Amino acid sequence: MSGDPDWPERVFTALKAGGVSQIAYVPDAGHARLIALAREDSAIRDIVLTTEEEGVALAAGAWLGGARACLLLQSSGVGNCINMLTLLQNGRFPLLMLVTMRGEESEFNPWQVPMSRATAPALGLMDVAVTRAETADEVAGLVAASLDKAFAEERAAAVLFSQRLIGAKRW
Amino acid sequence: MLDRREAVRELLRNRGDLLVVCGLGSPTWDVAAAGDDARNFYLWGAMGGAAMIGLGLALARPERRVLVVTGDGEMLMGMGALATIAVQKPANLAIVVLDNGAFGETGMQESHTARTTDLAAVARGCGIPLSLDVDDAAGLARLGALLHGSNETLFARIRVLATEHPRVMPEKDGVAIKQRFKRAIGL
Repeated sequence: MSGDPDWPERVFTALKAGGVSQIAYVPDAGHARLIALAREDSAIRDIVLTTEEEGVALAAGAWLGGARACLLLQSSGVGNCINMLTLLQNGRFPLLMLVTMRGEESEFNPWQVPMSRATAPALGLMDVAVTRAETADEVAGLVAASLDKAFAEERAAAVLFSQRLIGAKRW
Repeated sequence: MLDRREAVRELLRNRGDLLVVCGLGSPTWDVAAAGDDARNFYLWGAMGGAAMIGLGLALARPERRVLVVTGDGEMLMGMGALATIAVQKPANLAIVVLDNGAFGETGMQESHTARTTDLAAVARGCGIPLSLDVDDAAGLARLGALLHGSNETLFARIRVLATEHPRVMPEKDGVAIKQRFKRAIGL
């Protein structure tokens, strides 16, 4: 990991500034700090999911009621979302997805690799606008820009957090 | 066993300010048959997502009551949502499953609920204690009252006959359904 070690705090600040009130997640070690911040903040509803596609549907419901939702997931979870993403296309619903990438640098688990390699193309096929954060210094700005894009255009946008950014998982 | 059209019409009679999300297929036709309303969000796809759309809406609008009407097949596909909803415990959310024990839109193939799965018990096991099993008019009347008066998350499985009714198709354009819904609740 390089650069600003407090990037999760800055990402959380960007989500709050962007009016996000529902943060849904299937946990990932790379999102641990962000999840803890969401749980500590009484103005944010933190929603633990059993599978990532629940978060896609949740975001559509939130927007029907005028609220903004964000989904935290790891790259393997993107595969679970595919058909539910059609809900966002058909109804033009906004969603911000923050995806921690496994299966890139120093990945100890080869089973993470196939979905990692498919993550960006799969999101692209489902018309999700994808950007990628490589460094700690750029991540909060990219999150803020994707958030604006998602809610202004009423579409799904994803920021991929590279494994270099979040650090390889150590055991 | 109840007739699905009559049961839905009864639940939506005097609906007050109820917001309704309906699962794809027969529940959408049933809700449309009870009378089109701008406060209905009809699904034509997104199988497995109805209950979670209801949760997002219920959390966003805590002052409004939200009813999800779906079928056993749709609920089975997104069964984990019951665990997720139980953690959140929104007092203004009700999930009603019209359980005909079959995948009605694809040729009435038997579903899990006709064989082994009890969705009311699943909901209870996930942590939704107010979980009703409705199969007669008295049960439906109790459910109708709870839709407007419950102060905890409500789940109900209504046993319905596996009969096919003529399709009553509402608006199909997802953006139009969304915009109409949002305008109706002042957004």
